[in-house]
Amino acid sequence: MSHTVVIYAHPYPDRSRANRVLFDAVKSLPNVDARPICDLYPDFAIDVEAEQAALLRADLIVWQHPIYWYTVPAMLKLWWEKVLTHGWAYGDGARVLSGKRCLWVTTTGGDASAYDEGGMHAHPFSVYEPVVRQTARFCHMHWLEPLIIHGAHRMNDEQRAAYATLYRERLGAR
Amino acid sequence: MPALQQAFIYFAVAVVLVPLGSLLGLGSVLGYLIGGVLIGPAVLGLVKGGESIAHFAELGVVLMLFMIGLELDLRRLWGMRRQVFGGGTLQFVACGAAAALLLLAFGLTLQMAVVGGLALALSSTAIAVQTMNEQHLDKTPVGRTAFSILLFQDIAAIPLIALIPILGGAGGGHSEGGLGALKGLGAIVGIIAVGRYLTRPILRFIAKTGLREVFTAFSLLLVLGIAELMEMVELSMGLGAFLAGVLLASSEFRHALESDLQPFKGLLLGLFFISVGMTIDLGLIADEPVKVIGLTLAFLALKLGTLRLIAGRLGVSTSQRWLFAALIAQGGEFAFVVFKAAAEAFALPPGDTTLSLLTVVVALSMAMTPFILILHNRLFERHGKKASPEEAVEDEGASVIIAGFGRVGQIIGRFLFASGVKATVLDRDPDQIKLLEPFGYRVFYGDATRIDLLEAAGAARARLLIVAIDDPESSEMVVERVREHFPNLEIIARARNVGHYAALRRLGVKTVERETFEGSLVLGRKALEALGCPPFEARESADAFRRSNVRTVEDLLTHWDDPDDEFVALANQARRALEEQFEIDRKSLEKRGIKGWHFDPEE
Ligand SMILES: Cc1cc2nc3c(=O)[nH]c(=O)nc-3n(C[C@H](O)[C@H](O)[C@H](O)COP(=O)(O)O)c2cc1C
Repeated sequence: MSHTVVIYAHPYPDRSRANRVLFDAVKSLPNVDARPICDLYPDFAIDVEAEQAALLRADLIVWQHPIYWYTVPAMLKLWWEKVLTHGWAYGDGARVLSGKRCLWVTTTGGDASAYDEGGMHAHPFSVYEPVVRQTARFCHMHWLEPLIIHGAHRMNDEQRAAYATLYRERLGAR
Repeated sequence: MPALQQAFIYFAVAVVLVPLGSLLGLGSVLGYLIGGVLIGPAVLGLVKGGESIAHFAELGVVLMLFMIGLELDLRRLWGMRRQVFGGGTLQFVACGAAAALLLLAFGLTLQMAVVGGLALALSSTAIAVQTMNEQHLDKTPVGRTAFSILLFQDIAAIPLIALIPILGGAGGGHSEGGLGALKGLGAIVGIIAVGRYLTRPILRFIAKTGLREVFTAFSLLLVLGIAELMEMVELSMGLGAFLAGVLLASSEFRHALESDLQPFKGLLLGLFFISVGMTIDLGLIADEPVKVIGLTLAFLALKLGTLRLIAGRLGVSTSQRWLFAALIAQGGEFAFVVFKAAAEAFALPPGDTTLSLLTVVVALSMAMTPFILILHNRLFERHGKKASPEEAVEDEGASVIIAGFGRVGQIIGRFLFASGVKATVLDRDPDQIKLLEPFGYRVFYGDATRIDLLEAAGAARARLLIVAIDDPESSEMVVERVREHFPNLEIIARARNVGHYAALRRLGVKTVERETFEGSLVLGRKALEALGCPPFEARESADAFRRSNVRTVEDLLTHWDDPDDEFVALANQARRALEEQFEIDRKSLEKRGIKGWHFDPEE
């Protein structure tokens, strides 16, 4: 059975309206190693060895977070910088993450129309995607179709439940 | 003459002439020497019995060598062996041969010329080292080379003196042969055994009693005992003391010994220089000025030249070779002993002034040292300039001093050590220090409020002093004194509580940390987390609390000692401000989701 690690970056998890429901839906699944990195490392003192070990055990690596300023929150950015090291994740023939699948799960405040050509964010959301995708690919990971949830502020309970189910399915659970 | 009166005269010389010498840029040595000439038989004739004084004053040299030993542990000494024996032999033979030729030309017999030449090859450890210290050359490569040579001379002087009766052939001497050597060996083994195994427990025991004068008394006893022992077996007192110093160099008491013996060494060494000054026979100079001065200058020129020539082979860098020569060109105190022995051994006819002439030449050459150096500095414009990087002072490695090695100091020390920063540690609890020694710390016993101890620990060169003493009173005292004596030394301090924090800040310490503050904040965070607050947010609350608290304390710094009405008002206001601040923090956190990015403006 495949093993999943969920790297979850939310600095205020108890104030979350979208991500919390999603994370709660997957965190106790069997074969899921749920790692809420803002809770684990509130001082930004990331335990690189522990994180790398967790990645090595997984076949599926999930990055889950709200979109902050068109990209990942600072905590996840720092996690990239510290954990995806040269000679381990990339460069010098390093291929430890090679072939592992990478799933991006993210929520945005703006709804889909805000990311229209003339919308408030001026560009379609796909413009903001390549940084994340290329980070995964540069580390030789296999990029899966991301789970992007727009309009996270205006979701009702039903929608939330539907996304939670979808998320669980993407992790291979029923 | 009553001892009191004598002592008065010596101290008067020290107090009047030495500062004068220093002020004129001639250094303390010359001040003492001139003082000696003045009060000696040649001029004022204030004191008699110069010889017995000279003997007593030799203790100054003994103490000096002990203290040099303290700065050189066995490992270092071993590392110097090639320079000491190889370089030392070269210098001794080369300068000896040159001086012997000079003496031959001067009309001495071959045997006399050889003995005299070798005696003139010796330099004055006392003058050279004192001068190097004053000019801060002692830890530079030139200083080290010069010292290696001086060390070898101390060793070489012994067989030289033993050889004189044989060369002289007159008095058969009192050669004990094998027995003497055996005795000498026994004494050295004794010193090693005592130095290694006995002194440290005793010092530790005395340190624990906290009686400082007993500690000082024991230090003196130790050095005097060694000197006595060495004299009994007819070995160099200085050499024995040096050895004892080396054995204690790696001990935690090194700095305490150094600072306790320092004033004694200084005064006795001064006395020694005075006694050298007294041997300068002005009468002889007046009788035969050309001869005396001519010979002195010829000797100095020859030795300077020879030293300059061999300096390269001794590894002295090009720019420092003249300096090296100038430092050790003078004749040495051992020459006096050699000449005295020679006077007996060679059975010179009465009225022969050769040896007293040589004695005066050596004494004059010693007195010339400061002038030669001044001349050197003028010519090479070294004055006031710092040594170039490659010749820069060899640092002992520790640029951080930790005063106080209790709960706080230990954590800082271990952390720095782990980060590759070597710190010198001072603590006044000998048990504490004994505990830490095996871990390879540079730990020293002593009270950090003593400026001399801090000085010995390298405060003048250190980059940082960490005051981790728990007792607020001592801690403030250390800070006050350090700010006065080493104004450029940066200080980081541990504060026991807010009052102590305020006091240290007002003394000008920029970085002060209350010992319980961070730990308490962490516990506060854990409490919030236990109540369900996510860790990231708990940390942010602690950050906000810290910022506001520090600001409040900083605002109240001036009021901490006498809490007047204004203080109370300010404190209350600060408390209210903090509560308000928390209200704001809380609200701003709660508002997340409906404001800014959390609010969908299209609604
Ligand atoms: C600092 C910050 C920056 C944000 N930047 C963006 C952004 O660039 N684009 C966007 O669509 N939403 C942005 N948002 C809104 C969040 O993406 C949104 O609140 C989040 O996805 C909701 O998920 P949650 O309820 O789990 O926190 C931002 C929110 C914050 C707090």
